[in-house]
Amino acid sequence: MLYRENGQFKTSYAADQQIFPIAQDRWAIIGILVFAFVAVPLLVDEYLFRAILIPFLILSLAALGVNILVGYCGQITLGAGAFMAIGAYAAYNFHIRIEGMPLLVSLLLGGFTTAVVGIFFGIPSLRVRGLYLAVATLAAQFFTDWVFLRIPWFTDNSSSGSVSVSNLHVMGWQINNPVSKYLFCLGFLTIFALLAKNMTRSAIGRQWMAIRDMDVAAEVIGIRPLFAKLSAFAVSSFFIGTAGALWGFVHLASWEPAAFSVDRSFQLLFMVIIGGLGSIMGSFFGAAFIVILPIALNQILPVVGDLTGIEISTAGISHAELIIFGGLIVFFLIKEPHGIARLWSTGKEKLRLWPFPH
Amino acid sequence: MSRQIGEVILDLKQVSLSFGGVKALTDISFDVREHEIRAIIGPNGAGKSSMLNVINGVYRPQLGEIILRGQHFSKMNPYKAAKAGISRTFQNIALFKGMNVIDNLMTGRNLKIRSNLIQQAFWWGAARREELAHRAKVEEVIDFLEIQHIRKTPVGRLPYGLQKRVDLGRALAMEPSILLLDEPMAGMNVEEKQDMCRFILDVNDQFGTTIVLIEHDMAVVMDISDRVVVLDYGKKIGDGEPDAVRANPDVISAYLGASH
Ligand SMILES: Nc1ncnc2c1ncn2[C@@H]1O[C@H](COP(=O)(O)OP(=O)(O)OP(=O)(O)O)[C@@H](O)[C@H]1O
Ligand SMILES: [Mg+2]
Repeated sequence: MLYRENGQFKTSYAADQQIFPIAQDRWAIIGILVFAFVAVPLLVDEYLFRAILIPFLILSLAALGVNILVGYCGQITLGAGAFMAIGAYAAYNFHIRIEGMPLLVSLLLGGFTTAVVGIFFGIPSLRVRGLYLAVATLAAQFFTDWVFLRIPWFTDNSSSGSVSVSNLHVMGWQINNPVSKYLFCLGFLTIFALLAKNMTRSAIGRQWMAIRDMDVAAEVIGIRPLFAKLSAFAVSSFFIGTAGALWGFVHLASWEPAAFSVDRSFQLLFMVIIGGLGSIMGSFFGAAFIVILPIALNQILPVVGDLTGIEISTAGISHAELIIFGGLIVFFLIKEPHGIARLWSTGKEKLRLWPFPH
Repeated sequence: MSRQIGEVILDLKQVSLSFGGVKALTDISFDVREHEIRAIIGPNGAGKSSMLNVINGVYRPQLGEIILRGQHFSKMNPYKAAKAGISRTFQNIALFKGMNVIDNLMTGRNLKIRSNLIQQAFWWGAARREELAHRAKVEEVIDFLEIQHIRKTPVGRLPYGLQKRVDLGRALAMEPSILLLDEPMAGMNVEEKQDMCRFILDVNDQFGTTIVLIEHDMAVVMDISDRVVVLDYGKKIGDGEPDAVRANPDVISAYLGASH
């Protein structure tokens, strides 16, 4: 079937306000979901789950959070890694301290705790922006490192803040093998992505974007910057904190503060820049790209080396990775601030008109 | 005309505003009556935009008072002004560039939204119903301004004249009782100006909206306004009906003389 919206006339605003107004897009997304939930678990081997798919799902969730704040509300954060740590350790504390705490509740409470802390670290955004705000959010990193290394209570008195969880289950369903972990994270991501989409197409999302695009005009139509900015920090931190809890509980199972370093904050920021600022889809593109690139380079570069007779060391590969990231970020910031998501939609636009471009 | 000019709805008393050493406004008083079109004119830098910014609380005057429907505001702020039914357009268009026309207009409905963040996240109940109801309202504004063909276009991609129209649309979506327009026709060609004039008169006539208008085009001002305030170097040098203002010697020498 051709990619066309001919004949799909919207006869109500409700139809026009759907998430995917074009029928082909709806079918595509249903197809992707069926594929992801049904086919992938049957087809994929354990290594792929552990090395690519589970990290991709969890980092997509975190990237969604970063995108809400940076892409939709126009604020900046270098605290995403720290917020993941807060989510993970908060969920851990709820989980071990309260007898019989269901896993889902622990994880979500991890998210809520992060939201509260996020609001606190968002307060400087009411006065400063840009670089100054970046530095203020970076403080979150030092704060969490200090808290989890120096205050033993938060880490159940373990040395150097390393903790672990085991025996995860939800209503009798054991989450102990790669497939169940994958499905668990996929479920989270699907629901959270839907929530994010709904917020960004409602009044709250318009408030965030208005603040991002022109804050004086936003105030004049009655948007309160305080509420708009702090709600963006809260929702964003909720997403990031939940992702952090999943990262700790499901992906790592045992972790220490170093698992959530400032490198993670930068990585998440790169994801939304490359994937597409202000785009839900872009968060997925960016996460996929950044998770897959190092692995792809690991596979491809040695082959290229063999063919050309140049010896490429492991260090060489990780340097190549940094160079490519750097180059791409510069490219996207200058040429296409809306990232892969915009390239994608431009492509679709062309396809809609194909084969007659005028 | 169906409209009937009413009582004083907005009264400015001895407003003075300065930026460091620059006196933008000095001891300005004037009033605006319900349903009228009130123009503010004056040469460049006279303080016209500052005046609008004082009215809706973007600037805080050092001295003076704003009385809105009998209520005294010594400290107006943009949120209070919006709540009180004041909306405005900007001299340098201040649209939300990353959003399309519909979304820009939908932001104008912001103060009327009752659903909370959680309901919106689940696209549930009140959130969903509101979204539909406000969309319908916004479509009325779109029809009124004849911009149906661009409703899904990101505003950054629109030509200047249409951006000005969308700017007006966003202000109208608030269903204001007082509308402040800062040079809505600046930089437009004759045809676009005529359209804009027609929209302003229609808004005033059909919805009874009180309008405070800054405009440089004297022909337009004399044509559509009920009363005119003239500013020069931050001082008021004339106030009255267009004919009286046009005959005022101070105005002729300071304003008309200077710019022609
Ligand atoms: N935010 C500000 N900071 C400093 N000075 C300002 C500010 N806004 C206005 N002014 C000064 O106040 C004076 C009046 O400016 P205003 O913009 O109100 O004039 P105007 O009548 O709207 O002029 P124009 O016709 O050029 O739009 C000018 O001298 C201007 O430089
Ligand atoms: Mg001006």
